[in-house]
Amino acid sequence: MPATNSNPAAVLIPEVSVPPISLRRRVTDHVMTAVSVLTVALVLLPLFAIFAYLVYKGIGSINLAFLTQTPKPVGEPGGGMANAIVGSMVILGIASLLGVPLGIGAGIFLSEYGRNRYGDIVRFVSDVLNGVPSIVIGIVAYGLVVMRQKHFSALAGGVALAIMMIPTIARTTEQMLLLVPQAIREAAYGLGVSRWRTTLSITLRTATSGVITGVMLAFARVAGETAPLLFTAFGNQFWNWKTDQPTAALSLQIFSYAISPFDEWHRQAWAGALVLIILIVGAVAAVRIAVRHGTLAGA
Amino acid sequence: MGVGITVEHLNAFYAKTQALFDVNIIVAANHATALIGPSGCGKSTFIRCLNRMHETIPEARVEGSVRIGDLSVYNGTSATQLRRRVGMVFQKPNPFPTMSIYDNVAAGLKLNGFRNRKQLDEVVHKSLQASALWDEVKDHLHKKSGASLSGGQQQRLCIARALAVQPEVLLMDEPCSALDPISTGKIEELIFQLKEQYTIVIVTHNMQQAARVAEFTGFFLLGKMIEFDKTEKIFTNPSDKRTEDYVTGRFG
Amino acid sequence: MSNQALPRPRFNAPEPEHGPPEHGTKAALKIETRATPLLDGKVSEVPDVAFGWAMRLCGVAVVALLGLIVYQLVVGSTLSWHAFGWKFFGQSDWNPVEDQYGALPFIFGTLVSSLLALVIAVPLSLGVAVFITEMCPIRLRGILSFTTELLAAIPSVVYGLWAIFVLVPVIREYVEPFLAKTLGWTTLFSGPPYGIGMLAAGVILAIMIIPIISSITREVLTVVPQHQREAVLALGATRWEMIRMGVLRNARAGIVGAIILGLGRALGETMAVTMVIGNRPEIAKSLFAPGYTMASVLANEFTEATGNLYLSALIEIGLALFLVTIVVNALARLMVWSVTRGQPARSIA
Repeated sequence: MPATNSNPAAVLIPEVSVPPISLRRRVTDHVMTAVSVLTVALVLLPLFAIFAYLVYKGIGSINLAFLTQTPKPVGEPGGGMANAIVGSMVILGIASLLGVPLGIGAGIFLSEYGRNRYGDIVRFVSDVLNGVPSIVIGIVAYGLVVMRQKHFSALAGGVALAIMMIPTIARTTEQMLLLVPQAIREAAYGLGVSRWRTTLSITLRTATSGVITGVMLAFARVAGETAPLLFTAFGNQFWNWKTDQPTAALSLQIFSYAISPFDEWHRQAWAGALVLIILIVGAVAAVRIAVRHGTLAGA
Repeated sequence: MGVGITVEHLNAFYAKTQALFDVNIIVAANHATALIGPSGCGKSTFIRCLNRMHETIPEARVEGSVRIGDLSVYNGTSATQLRRRVGMVFQKPNPFPTMSIYDNVAAGLKLNGFRNRKQLDEVVHKSLQASALWDEVKDHLHKKSGASLSGGQQQRLCIARALAVQPEVLLMDEPCSALDPISTGKIEELIFQLKEQYTIVIVTHNMQQAARVAEFTGFFLLGKMIEFDKTEKIFTNPSDKRTEDYVTGRFG
Repeated sequence: MSNQALPRPRFNAPEPEHGPPEHGTKAALKIETRATPLLDGKVSEVPDVAFGWAMRLCGVAVVALLGLIVYQLVVGSTLSWHAFGWKFFGQSDWNPVEDQYGALPFIFGTLVSSLLALVIAVPLSLGVAVFITEMCPIRLRGILSFTTELLAAIPSVVYGLWAIFVLVPVIREYVEPFLAKTLGWTTLFSGPPYGIGMLAAGVILAIMIIPIISSITREVLTVVPQHQREAVLALGATRWEMIRMGVLRNARAGIVGAIILGLGRALGETMAVTMVIGNRPEIAKSLFAPGYTMASVLANEFTEATGNLYLSALIEIGLALFLVTIVVNALARLMVWSVTRGQPARSIA
């Protein structure tokens, strides 16, 4: 448009018409969108397939007998995984007893006493430990416990799982404690509360629900682990209440049944897997509900 | 009854930076003393030196002497023990979010090992009354959390919490700066009454507040205390030109 | 000039004291008029000091754990190291009967299965991450990210179980014959279709590492500032072009980091792989053939290891696995950190 009296700025607008976006570019855009949707479908497919098969193949085999009996000898139908379920609980109990206090303690160290070089070292080591393959942890626990005691045990399994829990719990505890505003700590100091009391009763208390979430995440992660138990707890076809014997665990049982040649055991492996998932989800949900219940209105 | 505070040759440092230069002051017992001055002049640092809160910042350091009554703050008393005799109210109300109103007020006692239930009830009752909050919360003491109150109520809760430990001195670091005028008025009224029982040091950037509430005022500038006198004198006939410039609004 | 705007103080204050207080003045502590304080007694410093040291001990324990791991692995593998030296990693002869141990088949198996898993998982993970962060309607975002995280929660042994009975038959009946027909001329897809083998291991590994690659990628993509996207759009780009030029290009280092983290995860994965890889310590050219990984040989043979040299050789494999995963993970975290630069990351264990 040539300059006129009505629009002197028009001289700056060149005589160019902008072409519409080419067909190729538009098609590419639509194709990539379709490709992305396709990838989502492909990724969700195995998820649904796994859960579907778990339920389909496992639900029929979960009955009272399965939950209360020990495995029958090879070839005989029936029997269950009661000892494995209990064994898993025992091993996880030991692991939590060892791992949770140490993990939370390390987390408290990192957030309250570790804002310095030493804390950075611990933080770095924590992250390194998180990446160690679980089977290697099993080797370490083997050397630490099994070789000393000259037998497999639930303790060895618990130690292996505790080693896996500690770095995770330490990092999540640290992050949750750092979220507590400094003003809250200062309020406690101002009242003449000593530092240790402030850290435990005020800072940790304020971050409780977050810390517990972190602990449950670590718990859920190790609850399904098999590799570190292979040569620590080792597995057992029978009830075992002694601390100096190998112990059954749900994940171990699933593994040995799955690779066995017996259909009967395959069936039970599916049931065991379903029970494992239900127990893990159940434990996490139960703790979440308990934490929410204990919180005040408006807090 | 409150006690007086004697500060002699106080110098405070944040790592290498010096924040307070040779401050000398005598705070009278059972009166309110206001500390005024522009932002960054060191008045907050000063008040935090009185109950050793300054030390909670890493690499912070103090030289000089502070005595509260006949208690030497920096020689011989542990910080924890000192802070039970000196209460503090902060700029932004900071009630403990996971605790009920009752537990918030009783926190200073319970966390220090005091367990007698009847006496705790009594102390909570008296403290909440002293901070003019009792009527508003008496039905929700155990059910509502400290964080569910309004801003002004939270600050009065913090005051009650500080009073429950039965300090002799009450330090207030800009207690009303985060509050609306009505809450501010209520708290100023409170301070006026609390003076009978406690020695109050209040930091404020609001000169009118100092005039309303405090008998004595100290003017801080760039880490030094320029003038300390009766409030009336500071605001009507200051001795130092810099004080005069500040109170007449030539700089802020 | 006085400030007329200020209100008159409504009290009469005494003259302030400017010198040290005399005895008996108001400034002295009046114990008799103060109510007996409820909090009495000395405060001991001991609990504070003890607590501080206890917490520091916990921190030290974490570092000690790492030291313990290194110690156990190194001490356990000395026997094998003395026997074979560096040749251990170059030989492919794994013969427990004759006490001859070469770890090459396992290294090969680990690398191939992990790389295959990456080839499959990376495009899928990136697609999911891009979809969730850039294309997805906001309402779906939460559900989709939750379900991909759910994949991460499934235990390895359950993946393995599903892989044996569902994935492997599918691969044996459909996938491998199809690949043999179309791409069989390459040696990659030759040989009998067992189902069990390197291909199955790669596929199940891929499914297992998709969650971690995709969630770290999502974090990295979210950190790209909005104005980068807007700048590209303002130039008239289509949405895909905006994603390519404005987002992916900026997040490149982080995405590579996410991929390497996925690699680290794949290298150490044990159970699912053990259940479908066939456990044959041989180096084969075809993906259809069975193989063996470092983690799998540990899982299978550790408890059966008769003889100290056997056990030591296995522990040496464990040491190698440990070192490789540490280096890979450290590299990955460095790259992710360089992009997110200390923003609080959700902890992906």
